Amino acid sequence: MSSLLNSIDFQYVIGALVKIAVFWIFIMLVVAYTVYAERRVLAVIQNRLGPNRVGWQGLLQPFADLLKFIFKEDIIPLAVNKWLYVLAPIIVLIPAMMVLIVYPFGPGDVPLPFGADISNTLNDLGKRFGMSWNLDLSKINLYVTNMNVGLLYVFAMTSLGIYGIVIGGWASNSKYSLLGGLRSSAQMISYELALSLSVIAVLIQAGTLDLAKIVEQQQGWYGFKWNIFQWPMFLPCIIAFTIYMISAIAETNRVPFDLPEAETELVAGFHTEYSSLKFALFFMAEYVNMMTVSVLATTLFLGGWNGPGVETYKWLGPVWFLAKVFFFLFLYIWLRGTLPRFRYDQLMDFGWKVLLPAALFNVVLASAIGVLFL
Amino acid sequence: MVPLSWYLALSAVLFTIGVVGVLIQRNVISLFMCVELMLNAVNISLIAFSRLHADVTGQLFVFIVMAVAAAEAAVGLAIIIALFRSRETLNVDDADLLKL
Amino acid sequence: MEFSHILFLGLAALAVVAAFNVILQRNPIYSAIGLIVVLGSLAALFLTLSAQFIAAMQIIVYAGAIMVLFVFVIMLLNVRAEETRMDKQKYLKWLAAPLFLALLAEVMTVVRYVNLTPQPLQSANGAANPQGVLGTVENIAFGMFTDYLIPFEAASILILMAIVGSMLLARREQKEDVERIEKALIRQQEEEQKYEEEVAV
Repeated sequence: MSSLLNSIDFQYVIGALVKIAVFWIFIMLVVAYTVYAERRVLAVIQNRLGPNRVGWQGLLQPFADLLKFIFKEDIIPLAVNKWLYVLAPIIVLIPAMMVLIVYPFGPGDVPLPFGADISNTLNDLGKRFGMSWNLDLSKINLYVTNMNVGLLYVFAMTSLGIYGIVIGGWASNSKYSLLGGLRSSAQMISYELALSLSVIAVLIQAGTLDLAKIVEQQQGWYGFKWNIFQWPMFLPCIIAFTIYMISAIAETNRVPFDLPEAETELVAGFHTEYSSLKFALFFMAEYVNMMTVSVLATTLFLGGWNGPGVETYKWLGPVWFLAKVFFFLFLYIWLRGTLPRFRYDQLMDFGWKVLLPAALFNVVLASAIGVLFL
Repeated sequence: MVPLSWYLALSAVLFTIGVVGVLIQRNVISLFMCVELMLNAVNISLIAFSRLHADVTGQLFVFIVMAVAAAEAAVGLAIIIALFRSRETLNVDDADLLKL
Repeated sequence: MEFSHILFLGLAALAVVAAFNVILQRNPIYSAIGLIVVLGSLAALFLTLSAQFIAAMQIIVYAGAIMVLFVFVIMLLNVRAEETRMDKQKYLKWLAAPLFLALLAEVMTVVRYVNLTPQPLQSANGAANPQGVLGTVENIAFGMFTDYLIPFEAASILILMAIVGSMLLARREQKEDVERIEKALIRQQEEEQKYEEEVAV
C-alpha cells in the first residue's frame, strides 16, 4: 500500500483535481448563462423582451430551467433501442467536457496568495499520516495541463462527439431522427476537415501544438503579436481565421448551418424523441462545444490571455481571456438572430467545394511565407 | 514501471480474440471489424517495443499502419456495399460464387 | 503494486472485455461500439507508453473516422441482428475455444522470457527540448521527414488510390456504364457473325 501511495506524484494529481473541479464548475456556470444571454440578446434583436421575471432581470432563469428539466416526465418510446438511446447523450457530453483540461486560462507560474501557508499545512497533514508529500503551492499554473499534443487532443475529442449524434439519431427509431442524425454527423465530419486544415497556418507560425506555448508566443508589443496581426503570417492567419470561424459554426450545428436540428425542417432532428434530462444533456453539449470552439479561436488567433497589464498583474490573464471568449459567444448569438439558414445541399457544397480548397490554398500560402520569412 | 511482457501479453490476447472472431463471425461487416482488432493488437506490440528501445521508428511504423488501415477500411467497405447491392445479404456463407 | 500497474490492468481488462464483446455480439452496432471502446483503451495505453502523437492519431483517425465510416455503413445498409445462424460449418464454433486457449498458451510461453523493463523517460509537457523526448510531435516529425520520407510519400499515394477506388466501387450504375456495356456486347456479336461467315466460307 505504501509503495502505491509513494508512486503517485501528489503535487500534480492534487493540483490537477482541484483545478479541474474549479474549472468545471466555472464552465457549467458559463454555459448556463450563455443560454440565458442568448435568449435576452435574441429578444433584443427581435424587438421583444426576453425572460426577465425570475430574479433581478431574469438572472435566476438558468436555475429555473434546470429544475424544469429535472422534473419533467422522462419518456422513453417503446420501439427504441434502450441501451443506445440512453447512452447517446452521455457520449455527446463527456468528450465535449473533457476538453477543458487544455484551456489556457492564464499564464503559468502565477503567484498564489497564501500559497506557502497552504503548502506548509498540507505537508504537515501528510507527515501525520506517514506520507512525504513536499507540496509547493506558492506558484500555480492557470491551466490544468500543457499537453505536448494539446491541439490534437481538442480535435480528437471533437471527433468523438459525433458518435452521440449518430447513435442517438439511429436509436430513436424514427425517420426524422435518423435523417437528422445522419445529416448532422455528415456535416460535422465535412467541416472538421476545413477546421483542421485552417489551423495549420497558426501552427507554422508557432512551431508547437502546445496551447500554453502558442499563447505565450503572442505576448508583448501592445497586441501586435497576436497571430492575426503578426508579421509575417498575418495574411494566412486572417484567411485561416475566416475559414475557422465559418467551420466552427458548422461544426457546432448553429445557425446558419443548423438545418439538421431546426424546428421548421426536421421537427428537431436527432433529438426529436428525447425529453427531460437527456434533452438537457444534448442542449448542454451543444453549448459546451460552442465554448470549446470560442476558446480555440481566442487562443490561436486572438492572443489568448494576453492584454494590457498582464505582465505585471498576472491574475488579469483570465479576465482578458474570458472577455475574448464572451465576445465570440456573443458573435454566435448575433449570427443566430440575423442570418437565414442554408439548405442541406448548399451546406455540403459550401463545405467541400469552397472551404476545403480555400483551406488547402491557405496551407500552401502559409508554407510559402513560412519558408521565405521565418 | 510496467514490465514489457505485460504489454506483449495484452497484444497476444487481443490478436487471438481477433483471429477467433474472424473464424466464427457470419456477418461480413463484423468480420471486417475483427480484422481491425488484429491490426490494433499489432500496433500495441510495436509501440511497446519502441518504448523499450527508446527509438521512434516503431511509432512511425504504427503511423503508416494506421494510414494503411484507413485506406483498407474505405475500400473494403466500398466492396461490401457493392456486394450488398447485388445480393441483398451480408452473410459470408452466401458469397460463394466468383461472379459478383 | 504501483499506480502504473493498476492503471495498466484496468485499461487492459477494459480492452479485453470490449474485444470479447466485438466477437460475441450478434448485432453489428454493438460490435462497433465494442471496437470503439477497444480503440479508446488502446489509445490510453499508448499514452502510458510515451506515444502521445500516436494516441491522438488513434482517436482522430481510427475511432473518429474509420469507425464512423463503419457505423454509417451499418446504418445505411440497415444491418440487423441475425435471426437464425444457419452455419454451414457448425463444427468451427466448438473448435473456437480450445484453439483460442492453445494459441494463447503458445504465445505466453515465448512472452514470459521478454521480461524487460524500459528506462524511465522525462515528461513531455513543457520540456525544454521536445524533439529529444520520445513520442512528441517534434520527435515524430523529425523522424518522418528525414529518415522515413519515402514511406510517408508512399502512404499518401496509397490513400489517393483508396479515395479513387472506393468512389468507383461504391457508386450506383451510371447510364454511361450501361451504354458502354451494351456497345461492347453489340461489337462482340458483330465479330462473332464475321467469324462465322469466314468459317462458312
